[in-house]
Amino acid sequence: MSHTKQFCTFFIDGHLFGVEVLKVQEVIRYQEMTRVPLASRTLQGLINLRGQIVTAIDLRRRLELPPRPTHQLPMNVVVRSEEGAVSLLVDEIGDVVEMDDDVYERPPETLRGVSRELVTGVYKLKERLLLILDTEKTVTLQAAPLKGA
Amino acid sequence: MPTNDELQQQLIKDLLIESAEGLDRFDREMLSLEKGEGQPETLNVVFRAIHTIKGTAGCLGLSKVESVAHVGENLLDAVRSGKLSLTQEMIGTLLCYADALREILKCLESTGNEGDKDYSALLQKLQEHQVARTTEATTPEACPAKAETSASPTWGLFDDDPLPVLSPKPESSLPASPPTRTPTAAESGPEREPAMKGPSVSDSAIRVSVDQLDKLMNLVGELVLARNQIVQYSGLIQDNSLIAASQRLNIITTELQEGVMKTRMQPIGNVWTKFPRVVRDVAHELGKKVQLVMQGNETELDRTIIEAIKDPLTHIVRNAIDHGIEMPEARAVAGKPGEGTLLLRAFHEGGQVNIEIMDDGRGMHVAKLKEKAMQKLMITAEQASRMSDREALNLIFLPGFSTAEKITNVSGRGVGMDVVKTNIEKIGGSVDILSEPNSGTTIKIKIPLTLAIIPALVVTSGGERFAIPQVSLLELVRLESDQALKGIQMLSGSPVYRLRGQLLPLCYLNKELEIEAPASSAPQGQSTTAPSSRTSDAVNIVILQADGRQFGLVVDEINDTEEIVVKPLSKQLKGLTCFAGATIMGDGRVALILDVLGLAQHANVINEVRDRSMGDKSKSGSGNTNKQTLLLFDVGKGSRLAIPLSMVARLEEFPRDRIEHSGTHRVVQYRGLILPLIRVADYVTAHGVAEEESPDIIQVVVYSEEGRSVGLVVGSISDIVEEVVNVRRDARGQGILGSAVIQDRITDLLDVSAIIQAADPNFYSQKPALELVA
Repeated sequence: MSHTKQFCTFFIDGHLFGVEVLKVQEVIRYQEMTRVPLASRTLQGLINLRGQIVTAIDLRRRLELPPRPTHQLPMNVVVRSEEGAVSLLVDEIGDVVEMDDDVYERPPETLRGVSRELVTGVYKLKERLLLILDTEKTVTLQAAPLKGA
Repeated sequence: MPTNDELQQQLIKDLLIESAEGLDRFDREMLSLEKGEGQPETLNVVFRAIHTIKGTAGCLGLSKVESVAHVGENLLDAVRSGKLSLTQEMIGTLLCYADALREILKCLESTGNEGDKDYSALLQKLQEHQVARTTEATTPEACPAKAETSASPTWGLFDDDPLPVLSPKPESSLPASPPTRTPTAAESGPEREPAMKGPSVSDSAIRVSVDQLDKLMNLVGELVLARNQIVQYSGLIQDNSLIAASQRLNIITTELQEGVMKTRMQPIGNVWTKFPRVVRDVAHELGKKVQLVMQGNETELDRTIIEAIKDPLTHIVRNAIDHGIEMPEARAVAGKPGEGTLLLRAFHEGGQVNIEIMDDGRGMHVAKLKEKAMQKLMITAEQASRMSDREALNLIFLPGFSTAEKITNVSGRGVGMDVVKTNIEKIGGSVDILSEPNSGTTIKIKIPLTLAIIPALVVTSGGERFAIPQVSLLELVRLESDQALKGIQMLSGSPVYRLRGQLLPLCYLNKELEIEAPASSAPQGQSTTAPSSRTSDAVNIVILQADGRQFGLVVDEINDTEEIVVKPLSKQLKGLTCFAGATIMGDGRVALILDVLGLAQHANVINEVRDRSMGDKSKSGSGNTNKQTLLLFDVGKGSRLAIPLSMVARLEEFPRDRIEHSGTHRVVQYRGLILPLIRVADYVTAHGVAEEESPDIIQVVVYSEEGRSVGLVVGSISDIVEEVVNVRRDARGQGILGSAVIQDRITDLLDVSAIIQAADPNFYSQKPALELVA
């Protein structure tokens, strides 16, 4: 019997992404956010997660996808990273799926840009592909740009 | 069930904690013995401290600790039983011996093994002390109680325990035993064991790890926030039982917060315990006599702060002995007792902890400090002359400053006091210094009680709220629209506000943070109100202090002061120097905490920090001296310039038609000479107002230097004033030395030499550029 892994899936700009379910702390709906001036735009803001301050990263910007339509409120996928919880902002949340190693493949060569760095692999579903994100890499932003400082 | 290994680790940890305390106690008691204050019991305390260490180390198979401890124990035992009397020399060796033990234990803590440093010389010395005296001692054997029953069997915890079960061993044979490894496990007589443990406080106190306390503190912080939210909410819903419950919650939370804070509090005495030793060592080394008096040992402080002030305090203490207190002979000459006094005092005042370090030494001579600072080119002679005594004393906090004639082992490398100051300021404290020549120096430190929860001012800018730590806050100024127009002036493009005659650089929070409130970024209703508040013409200025410099921060709204719980920012945000952290407000939203120093640097309001702070301070202290006579003039609409009258040779008027040309220069004939003319307006950037063709008579300020003259063409001469001039160099620009408030108006000081240089590079060819006094 082959190995299986569970993933928490979500949609970003029509693509299906997933992160290992064990890395996910929780999924919550849109929270009010406090912008951080001078920080990179990828860093959408800070949210209050039951008294804990969590940094929210906009995955659309992180993956260099077109910005989310303004009327659409993102969901928070809170993942555990090496330095505490970080929230990933996604368009829509999907199911938790159990994937078989048989349908796994390394990221296709055609992947370009940032995705190539962040996507560790691809699972072939019947109708679409599930792109698996490396959470550590995803939450690591280059040192925040210091405009004019 | 923990494995043997884990258990061993745990036991070693306990040993380390216990030994550290024991050795501190050892030092303390040794010093009291040295002073001759020792009581019979004191020796027992000292002995027990060492004995415990040795015993525990033996059980854990720490052979080195055990063997080293053992030798000292023997000596102490001999002293304790009256076979030997304690000499000064012996005390010295025993203190070194305690240090050796510390060293091994430290090594054990960091590397997990005892290290391989050789202590045989020290041990040899310890043994010599004993041999020298005991050889003639009549009774070679100790009291019979010491014929021991080995404690080893009860300690048979570890398979790998290398200690053999021992037979009783006569004490007198020990000096001969090799110092490397003395295989006595626990040389405890049955009567000593209970005395060692004793019915001490240990029954009513437990050890709790600091992590645990930190976690509790965090939880309480969150509870405080939740409480705030509920209290706010219960105000909205008029429900009596909810209000009653929330009030109860309110009270309980406050008490809980205080309670948990208390658990983290430690008496400052914990840091001070090592000072008697430091004082003794330093004094011995320098051949001085110093008595240390400590008051307010029990004053409590948050643990983190205790850690942070440890090193600065040690440094100050060492400095006080090295620089402050004189040699006994010098003290006698000055009519002081040969023994100097160093007083450490701690007390609570106004929610802060005050620590004072006072010595009765030679004090500091203001003139000497100034001289030194000038030698090191830290200040100019002019700054020095303007400086008040207090400012001069503060010179010692500048980096690289040291007045010690010689660099000693103890201090004088000039890397000290500035670090002391920065470290204390880092935790929101302040340092002040008072000194009287010949009667001593006092250093006063003020520090907050805790760092986790701080009072802060909440402001709004660009629709976002920000918290400003209250420690940096000086005052708040609100200008109504017409005041704002008059009060805020532009100096070379940067706004300044005149606060009681002082120029205060301003920065706008929304501009600095680039939050001009783009409408899209704020879907919440709250921020839509912000633009309106900004368009109302009143200006709110928060006057802040960073690194001794003041500046004004313009915000849209000033909301309230609040106790906030400081939370660190995530790694992604560490690069942003403008923010010190984040906090959660009563409504549950996150607000950023501004880092005042970082913000000031970002906004370039305090660039040449040290340099300007000197200029700034000299302003307040300049008092009555140093009046300058200035010529005021303008070079066109709205400009206002000044030069020292001493630089003016004559004022002349020439009809415009007398201007002639010589080469590229415009000149006039003047007293039989050719006077080159320089249009000041051409060189002063901020006043580039062209008004070439206006008056028929031109106003010229003639400036002479070594027989050569030059005419400065100005718009009109307005006045001659005698005033104390406080120059701010912020507005330094081309042709401008700085600016000052003269007759209640901002006036730029003309940099004459720079202008002449620019107009005629050959003017100064025989002579290097002048240092013009501004």
